[in-house]
Amino acid sequence: MNSYAKIFANCWHTNEKPCAHFVDCINDGQKCHQSAETRKHLDAYKHEILLEDHKKPVILVGMGTCGLANGANHVHAAILAELEKLHLQVQVIPTGCVGYCSMEVIVDIKLPGHPRLCYCRVKPEDVPLLLQKTLVEKSVVAEKLLGIYPAVDGNNGWGELPLLSQVPFFAKQKKQVLVNCGVIDPESIDQYLARGGYKGLSKAINKMTPSEVVKEMIASGLRGRGGGGFPTGKKWEFALNQQAEQKYIVCNADEGDPGAFMDRAVMESDPHRVIEGMVIGAYAIGASEGYIYCRAEYPLAIRRLEKTIADAKAYGLLGKNILGSGFSFNLKIKKGAGAFVCGEETALLHSIEGKRGMPRPRPPFPAVSGLFGKPTVINNVETFANVPNVLRDGAASYAAIGTAGSKGTKIFALSGKISNTGLVEVPMGVSLREVVFDIGGGCPNNKKFKAVQIGGPSGGALPEQVIDTPIDYENLKTVGAMMGSGGLVVMDETTCMVDVAKYFMTFIQSESCGKCIPCREGTKRLLEILERLTASYRSEKTPDEALLRFQGMVYMERLSEVIQNTSLCGLGQTAANPVMSTLRYFRDEYEAHLYDRKCPAGLCRELLTYHIDTEKCTGCTVCARKCPQNAILGEKQKAHYIIDEKCIRCDQCRANCKFDAIFVE
Amino acid sequence: MKVTINNKECWANPGETILTVAEREGIQIPTLCYLKGFSPTGSCRVCVVEVEGQRNLIPSCAFPVAEGMVVQTNSPRVRRARKTIVELLIANHPQDCLTCVRNGNCELQDLAAQYGVRDVRYAGEIRGGKIDVASPSIERDPEKCILCGRCVRVCHETQNVGAIDFVRRGFKTAVAPAMDGSLNAIACVFCGQCITVCPVGALREKSNEKIAWEAINNSRKHVVAQIAPAVRVALGEEFGMEPGSVVTGKIVAALRRLGVDRVFDTNFGADLTIIEEASELLNRVKNGGKLPLLTSCSPGWVKYIEHFYPDLLPHVSSCKSPHEMEGALIKSYYAEKTGIAAEDIYVLSIMPCIAKKFEAQRPELKEKYADVDAVLTTRELARMIKNAGIDFTKLNDEHFDDPMGESTGAAAIFGAAGGVMEAALRTAHFFLTGKDMDNVEFTPVRGLQGVKEGEVTIAGITIKIAAVSGLKNIGTILDKIRSGENLYQFIEVMACPNGCINGGGQPINSDPDKVRKRMEAIYAIDRGLPKRASHHNESVMRLYKEYLGDPNGHRAHELLHTHYVERS
Repeated sequence: MNSYAKIFANCWHTNEKPCAHFVDCINDGQKCHQSAETRKHLDAYKHEILLEDHKKPVILVGMGTCGLANGANHVHAAILAELEKLHLQVQVIPTGCVGYCSMEVIVDIKLPGHPRLCYCRVKPEDVPLLLQKTLVEKSVVAEKLLGIYPAVDGNNGWGELPLLSQVPFFAKQKKQVLVNCGVIDPESIDQYLARGGYKGLSKAINKMTPSEVVKEMIASGLRGRGGGGFPTGKKWEFALNQQAEQKYIVCNADEGDPGAFMDRAVMESDPHRVIEGMVIGAYAIGASEGYIYCRAEYPLAIRRLEKTIADAKAYGLLGKNILGSGFSFNLKIKKGAGAFVCGEETALLHSIEGKRGMPRPRPPFPAVSGLFGKPTVINNVETFANVPNVLRDGAASYAAIGTAGSKGTKIFALSGKISNTGLVEVPMGVSLREVVFDIGGGCPNNKKFKAVQIGGPSGGALPEQVIDTPIDYENLKTVGAMMGSGGLVVMDETTCMVDVAKYFMTFIQSESCGKCIPCREGTKRLLEILERLTASYRSEKTPDEALLRFQGMVYMERLSEVIQNTSLCGLGQTAANPVMSTLRYFRDEYEAHLYDRKCPAGLCRELLTYHIDTEKCTGCTVCARKCPQNAILGEKQKAHYIIDEKCIRCDQCRANCKFDAIFVE
Repeated sequence: MKVTINNKECWANPGETILTVAEREGIQIPTLCYLKGFSPTGSCRVCVVEVEGQRNLIPSCAFPVAEGMVVQTNSPRVRRARKTIVELLIANHPQDCLTCVRNGNCELQDLAAQYGVRDVRYAGEIRGGKIDVASPSIERDPEKCILCGRCVRVCHETQNVGAIDFVRRGFKTAVAPAMDGSLNAIACVFCGQCITVCPVGALREKSNEKIAWEAINNSRKHVVAQIAPAVRVALGEEFGMEPGSVVTGKIVAALRRLGVDRVFDTNFGADLTIIEEASELLNRVKNGGKLPLLTSCSPGWVKYIEHFYPDLLPHVSSCKSPHEMEGALIKSYYAEKTGIAAEDIYVLSIMPCIAKKFEAQRPELKEKYADVDAVLTTRELARMIKNAGIDFTKLNDEHFDDPMGESTGAAAIFGAAGGVMEAALRTAHFFLTGKDMDNVEFTPVRGLQGVKEGEVTIAGITIKIAAVSGLKNIGTILDKIRSGENLYQFIEVMACPNGCINGGGQPINSDPDKVRKRMEAIYAIDRGLPKRASHHNESVMRLYKEYLGDPNGHRAHELLHTHYVERS
């Protein structure tokens, strides 16, 4: 295998012999003592790894966690076996995630002189046909094709085929951070370099002072992508202005929101981008040590990051004397044990220090007194992944995208009742409607859209009437949600909003660190109030218990407000958001549960009543025999009826009725 | 800088918290998790206030003031939030105030009263938990715990023991020893500092009131009580007296009213300890024994070194603690003198300490018979006095009984950290020179600092000394001893910060101001006594002549010295 290391044999840049022009050499050539011969090799190698000019066919299998969950490793094995059978010399590269989760497993095939094909929903049994047709017969399997990449030199060897970028899922996206994801080999530093990687770092270190880097970051308008939206440059400025012999930079990769997976995808699919962002940050604030705090549930991301760190060190882009600048930066990975609250920055720092992950009051802010009491900057994965672009293209170029207060793009993870699940990157300012309907394809099975939960357990559920709001930090707060880390969970008409609030409250309650009273005790009481709303009247033994249910409804808002106003950390302060937003937009559903004791979505099982339509019932007795509670009575060939007091809503009767005679209210 | 609190302009120093400034201005802000002298954790949220420009309410205990800050401590929003928080706590707290040991002395109860909580509005599940009663010193009732974390902070930050910490998450969060075990099964040193900071009844002493009453009521038992030096400057607080009131004579009177047969003074045992310990020190200095010598009066400290530095146990003085020495003598010397059989004598120690409860049960200290049968804390004695209907403040002073009622100023100062050291020096000086010191007050070891150092030269022998209180402070010194660094010849160690005046058995809520007053009272007792060095205690010297023989001699060793066990 060729590599930049080999090509630079007589001018090799290492930790011991670092060269300031290393990154420029690769991209622009002819710096210092590069010979024409080297230049030729360099260009040829670059064309080869960018798949612009290559000899052998290349197959790329999407093997991020989402691909693997859909069986990508089986597909990968099938491809290797089939190639052996066909005696073909083909390079097979595991790549990351292109974002279109519902289309996994994605297999790209690139033949020399042909544009890259993207096949989707590939199963191991599809592999022989796919390879036979594409590699041997040089024809396209149209029913598996998602789209093609643009032809490199305008010569489309395949004839007219739809471009991947015109597929609705991709058409409205603007990929800046995810641009390499699912496209390159995430474990190849050369591919990252060939695609302009580390240019931002090279520029920062060679041409800018730390305070210039910070100014550039402030000018870019980049705001924290982890939830709060604090201006990243400002945060760096605080840390830069601190006098200390030791500073730290920490990457928060403790992605824990239900339905959020953008950080994982970036770390798995383009890990060098995160490292580059961190090194730039470290240079800007003067940190010599850094940590990536990554949850242990992301083993693939951790493995990739470990390799990435080793590769970056070997290329002199990390470690001692980076690019010959005299600036050194060491990076360690700290595995988190899976506590949601460790995504809160002060709890995260405690966890790195080996203490129980519990937040502490701020001030002092971590930028003043953070890890081990030293000035520390903490940004999340997506924020760091934005940094190389800011430096490489300049703040002005970065700030050209987005709204007045929110610049750049944002990655969202689409999940729930939506046709196209996956990761999307859109410019700030597009509407939620565009994301949910144009990109996400709306709700499947012709169900009616009800709401979209944005921002995970800290966010809120937004109904149709507000989803035309352009997405930015301020707008989302105005409508009662928050940007959060970017999880979008779509709900349709079969979703009960009281149940949604209950789900998030259960989550928050079991993930609260237990330190402050409003979060620990308050969310428990909120959860109990919601549980009473969704529990059957039969569990209320006394009038007092029924009274509790009504009281709960009265106290719910007050309690939510106190939790929001007084909790110690962000987790608690936003814990009541799911309740408050569903109360704001779906109060009628709460009232139906409270007064009518009915669940309009038909989801809260304890509130359902089973009936037999006497017109339709033939008296076949199947339901009566299936009922585990003997709750169905009736003579043969006469309409049956259900004794509600005995019914446990197991749904056996309805599922087994051949005459559609059983209905639920 | 200038800040405005409740529309009143006031001056503040940079770095001060809102709470500090408000307190100075006479504005009360309730607190629960706040502990003076500790870094604030801001966990209870009871002290929240409204700060102009801040979206949320701000914990005043943790938030520093800023120039021009405008604060409201009493707005409707603040009161509503505080009341809700108290209600949330009460909803998860057993409603058994009437039968709780802290009834009338409970911070949660006070808050509920202050905020007019009349109803448990957020009723629901209660976290619960099993009471841990296995240890001889501490009872832990997780059901009553409000998770303020004060005990955890004291155990980690002051004592460096870390016996308890937060476990689990969410509503199930609890404070517990490792693996949810019993305090008895882990490296808890039973200093009881956790009890004195607990705002509610979740941590309390293992009460010996019942067995004490039983002994008193048992006509076959000859009950002998003894009172530790630090009890007499603290007990008055339990009866509404000023902190630092000296109530020695009233305690003697009260114990007699309770039905105790003889009332002795542990200060007698303290004087005896000095004779033994000073002899031991000089012995080690002269004969090249293990140095530095570490004192052994504090049973919490002894348990600490047994757990964490067992290799350094040879440094610890073999002297029993004063009340154990006295107990041993009551059941031998006194028993022989009076002809009462040792097994009929019941020794009741009134101590400022809960580790003494554990100490009294050490097998080494009950070989033939228990030196001490039961230990009562200052708090328990107060309860028994109230129980007996004695109007403590109106009692006339009475004197201790002979032969163990006499004591000197040297014994009195045992109650404050540094006192044992000072007392030992007074006698060591006499042993080496045959003369008393010109000025018996050795001030370098006085005061409220955790580590106090000094150096004395007596008859050409220079002794470097230190008095250390609070276990966190001893750790670094022990590490140095371990690595062979020899900084001192003699170190006094007290488990509790500032010594016995701030012991785990003292009245609850001992804020630094109260502790200082107790300390001043201790030194005032010393100053007021005609004899201020242990070797002037005639009863003690008579005891040696009549019964013990030489200090550190054979009989003294048998009765007054002990050994230790490794617990690592």
